[in-house]
Amino acid sequence: MPGAIYAEGLVKTFGDVRALDGVDLDVPEGTVLGMLGPNGAGKTTAVRVLTTLIRPDRGRAEVAGIDVLAHPDRVRRSIGLSGQFAAVDEYLTGRENLTMVGRLYQMSARDAKRRAAELLERFHLADAADRTAKTYSGGMRRRLDLAAALVVSPPVMFMDEPTTGLDPRNRQQLWDVIQELVAGGTTLLLTTQYLEEADRLAHDICVVDHGRVIARGTSDQLKARTGGERVEIVVHAAEHITVTEQVLRGFGKGESAVDPHTRKITVPVAGGAKLLAEIIRELDSRGVEIDDIGLRRPTLDDVFISLTGHVAEATDGSREAGGDGEGGTGDKGGKAAGAGASAAAQERAGGETAALRETAARETTVAREAADGDSADAGKEGVK
Amino acid sequence: MSGMSDSLVIARRNVTRMVRIPEVLVFGLIQPIMFVVLFSYVFGGSINIPGGGHGPSGYREFLMAGIFAQTVTFATAGAGAGIADDMHKGLIDRFRSLPMSRGAVLTGRTLADLVQTALTLVVLAVVAVLVGWRTHENVASVLAGFALLLLLGYAFSWIGALIGLTVRTPEAATSGGLIWLFPLTFISNAFVAVKGMPTFLQHIAEWNPFSATVAASRELFGNTNGQAVKSVTGAWPMEHPVIASILWSVLIIVVFHTLAVRKYRSATA
Repeated sequence: MPGAIYAEGLVKTFGDVRALDGVDLDVPEGTVLGMLGPNGAGKTTAVRVLTTLIRPDRGRAEVAGIDVLAHPDRVRRSIGLSGQFAAVDEYLTGRENLTMVGRLYQMSARDAKRRAAELLERFHLADAADRTAKTYSGGMRRRLDLAAALVVSPPVMFMDEPTTGLDPRNRQQLWDVIQELVAGGTTLLLTTQYLEEADRLAHDICVVDHGRVIARGTSDQLKARTGGERVEIVVHAAEHITVTEQVLRGFGKGESAVDPHTRKITVPVAGGAKLLAEIIRELDSRGVEIDDIGLRRPTLDDVFISLTGHVAEATDGSREAGGDGEGGTGDKGGKAAGAGASAAAQERAGGETAALRETAARETTVAREAADGDSADAGKEGVK
Repeated sequence: MSGMSDSLVIARRNVTRMVRIPEVLVFGLIQPIMFVVLFSYVFGGSINIPGGGHGPSGYREFLMAGIFAQTVTFATAGAGAGIADDMHKGLIDRFRSLPMSRGAVLTGRTLADLVQTALTLVVLAVVAVLVGWRTHENVASVLAGFALLLLLGYAFSWIGALIGLTVRTPEAATSGGLIWLFPLTFISNAFVAVKGMPTFLQHIAEWNPFSATVAASRELFGNTNGQAVKSVTGAWPMEHPVIASILWSVLIIVVFHTLAVRKYRSATA
């Protein structure tokens, strides 16, 4: 049985740009799918198709068991959409905004008012309920926008980059609200550029780039695909980089990556803390002075880079406009959770990974040029 | 029918906005008031209207229907800017994701503009009376004249709605809603007698939908100096201005309502 959100072969082109290039999705009821990708990847376009805002050129989709193309109006009764830009009327008060949305969901005036009061209470906006939204802080507007999407308690929710541009405290608050919502059984599709956000909120993650889903799985499965843990060393002097690389070649399981600016050398390893001690001894014996050394589990940042060949944040001219400088901070700490599960997942995914990486890399180079001038999605997602 | 109640919900929203951003209404009033004063006192002494408008006071009577009509057509810019702003802010996306009537966002907008146009006309009429404008027909006839003006304004706000959905930014919608209004309102019978124009302009002016409403309300206000409205070129709308005015406005509403709602269905910010 297809899930609460289901899509098959979605294609949407804007001029020369294939914003969606054959996207399949299947989100089981009551779960959260995190759709991860950079600006212009096609995330917003996918949400727009699923929420009936645009029609795909090809493919089919169902939301809450209803065909999106055949019965858009029935779909609209079952969904809530919270956009990247807080789509509330800034000259109306919080209460007026929510009451209006309730009325437009065809509630009676009295029901709409009652529901608005409930939501204002729940989203900690009761004190500001009768002030115009113009006076709200960024975080309050997002909460109001989210509340507007929840007026009818829809079974399926779409959130398009709900925390883009929010400060950490407000982001945390919004995450709490979303988690509460999901605990109540709502099916959620969430797009984000923040790897940490997908990690934190989503059961499943699909990585989107250039209109395609290039990987999917749980956060741990995806992390496992990048080859497990790695050692990261920062040497004190630049002239020690070469010798460090040589040493690491003996310990590592793959190519090391060097960042000459920060004098950081990273290499995938297997062997954990014991290996770390050996590496330190060996480097010490060769007289290499180490500023910092650590063992870290891959973050979704690493997953993204290994899959797409570029980092998740704005990487080039056209995208910089949209990036707000917080692109891919990720969780540098590295998480210990799920290490056991990931080993098994790695085995399963192992064969696929190399092929996937190759395809992704090829696609990246080919499609880059087209996407750099990306009008439709990048433009849309880039506007502040 | 949910269409009407949705439209009223949106209209109420837009009227609320209007009250909270009174600058828009105020600035919208300054321009026509300026026109009333400037045309009356600057041109009033020099322009002689054939058929007997004697001097400044005669021109003032002739002029007001034209200024009123021009003012109501400026609703185009308001509607366009409002819709474009909603697109830009993502509100149209929200509305389009709701199970509401497809035309309601636009109807709600145009209805709110109608309220604004009516308020503007009231203020303008007071100013007109202050500078010496008088009507010479009964109250019902005068009100009918204003009703035709409102209908024209409503029709033009549908043109604005289409412009707003097409251009996507409020700034472009404002200028896109205004520039063509100047030739449209000046190549007409609004400010001068058509008789003085070159022949080809006379034809354009007399078939101009705008001229029909000007002629009709001028007649209903009794501002024709006691003479029947006459066409220079024999154009039908000038011989039957009231009917022509209604027909033109209804035609504009039907055409632009259809186009705008179709555009709205596929509108993406």
